[in-house]
Amino acid sequence: MQTVKMVVTGPFNAGKTEYIQTVSEIDVVSTEKKISSEAEKIKDATTVAMDFGRITVDDSLVLYLFGTPGQKRFDFMWEILSEGMLGFIVMVDSTRPETFREARTILETFRAYAPTPYIVAANKQDLSDAWEVEDMRIALRLDPTIKLLPCVSVDRESVKETLLELLETIITHLDSE
Amino acid sequence: MALKGNLRDFTITQLLNLINLARKTGALVIEGPSDSATITFRDGKLAYAHLGASKDNGLGPILHKTKVISKAQFGTLKKRASEMSDKELGLLLINSGYVTQEDIITSLQTHFMDILNKLFAWAEGIFQFKNGESVPDDKIPVRMDLENIIMEGSRHLRELEQLKDELPNLDMALKFTDRPGVNLRSVNMSVEEWRVVSYINPKNSITQISKATSLSDMEIRRIVYSLLQAGLVELIRPEGGPEPLPDLTSAIPGANKDEQKTLVNRLIGRIRSL
Repeated sequence: MQTVKMVVTGPFNAGKTEYIQTVSEIDVVSTEKKISSEAEKIKDATTVAMDFGRITVDDSLVLYLFGTPGQKRFDFMWEILSEGMLGFIVMVDSTRPETFREARTILETFRAYAPTPYIVAANKQDLSDAWEVEDMRIALRLDPTIKLLPCVSVDRESVKETLLELLETIITHLDSE
Repeated sequence: MALKGNLRDFTITQLLNLINLARKTGALVIEGPSDSATITFRDGKLAYAHLGASKDNGLGPILHKTKVISKAQFGTLKKRASEMSDKELGLLLINSGYVTQEDIITSLQTHFMDILNKLFAWAEGIFQFKNGESVPDDKIPVRMDLENIIMEGSRHLRELEQLKDELPNLDMALKFTDRPGVNLRSVNMSVEEWRVVSYINPKNSITQISKATSLSDMEIRRIVYSLLQAGLVELIRPEGGPEPLPDLTSAIPGANKDEQKTLVNRLIGRIRSL
């Protein structure tokens, strides 16, 4: 049995757990705990170690999706989770510009861990106060060559589209080596 | 869709850069802690700016402030032309030979630049960009490239940005350099710097030192940067932290590129079928 993994990372409350839950064939194995910090009480629980979802391709191949904890104090997990990843998705909450700088830092950190392909997903694009994708590109200082895709992490088609874009990026990366 | 947030997280300079690059037309409304401002743009260029009380934003006060008209002339205008719009007043002054069109444009540009210079100092404020909004009908629009304004704003932020560039990762630790002949006791340091120095140890990350000394990110960055520049300390990975990862080029199973591509294509096929 071959296994490959892709990592979904991004700031706190960007929608990483929902994203994995939307396409995983198993209930996401989530290591969540109740939020204790007042500043982070946007949601009831958060990922402290990792989320873990699975997509079985066939008898001989399984794809695992790992979600990283978004809070900075758990960033010791990032390096562990990034080891051996096929590629990664940086998820950004389009409605919270206060997290863009952190998203940029996380992106750079993961790029430093591994020179693997990645894309950026502008999540929560279904909400009225979401920033436009091209405005986010400028705000995140993303090169035009980096794929920045609109995303709604609770919508299966949207999640599939971003996963496929990452895989296409990986193919392009292999071709260019 | 909305372009809104807080200056705490997204600075004026970054907003101007975004508006410039995206060639936006509309009004940026900022509600600061003690004042509010509206800056209007057309095709990514500054067209108009308005700060606080409306009486200070009229053409008469602006021309007086920029010394284009005298105090006596301004007094006369206040008496005789107080009901006129800026456009009407501008035409009247030009036709009367008091000012030229260039005088008015230059004064407005100086006034708008003053407003932006004030805004650069705002660290807090709710902003919202209202797409498509144009300059009020009674106001005189200008056309100012944002590049120079952004440069000016960037100078305000430069110190902080430079410090972040120099010290992007506060999870690193510090150790004293092994340079012979450096005597720490002979270096003049502030109380805060000495407190930081007392915690320098390969086991302590800079974040931990900042917590122990109750210094903000900016303060600890400034002190560590000065110690680095003076050659007294160097950055190292904290002891006990994870080791650098090995080469990850084998993240995709497969003996060769074709096998790897086949594997990725199988993944693509599976995800399409979900």
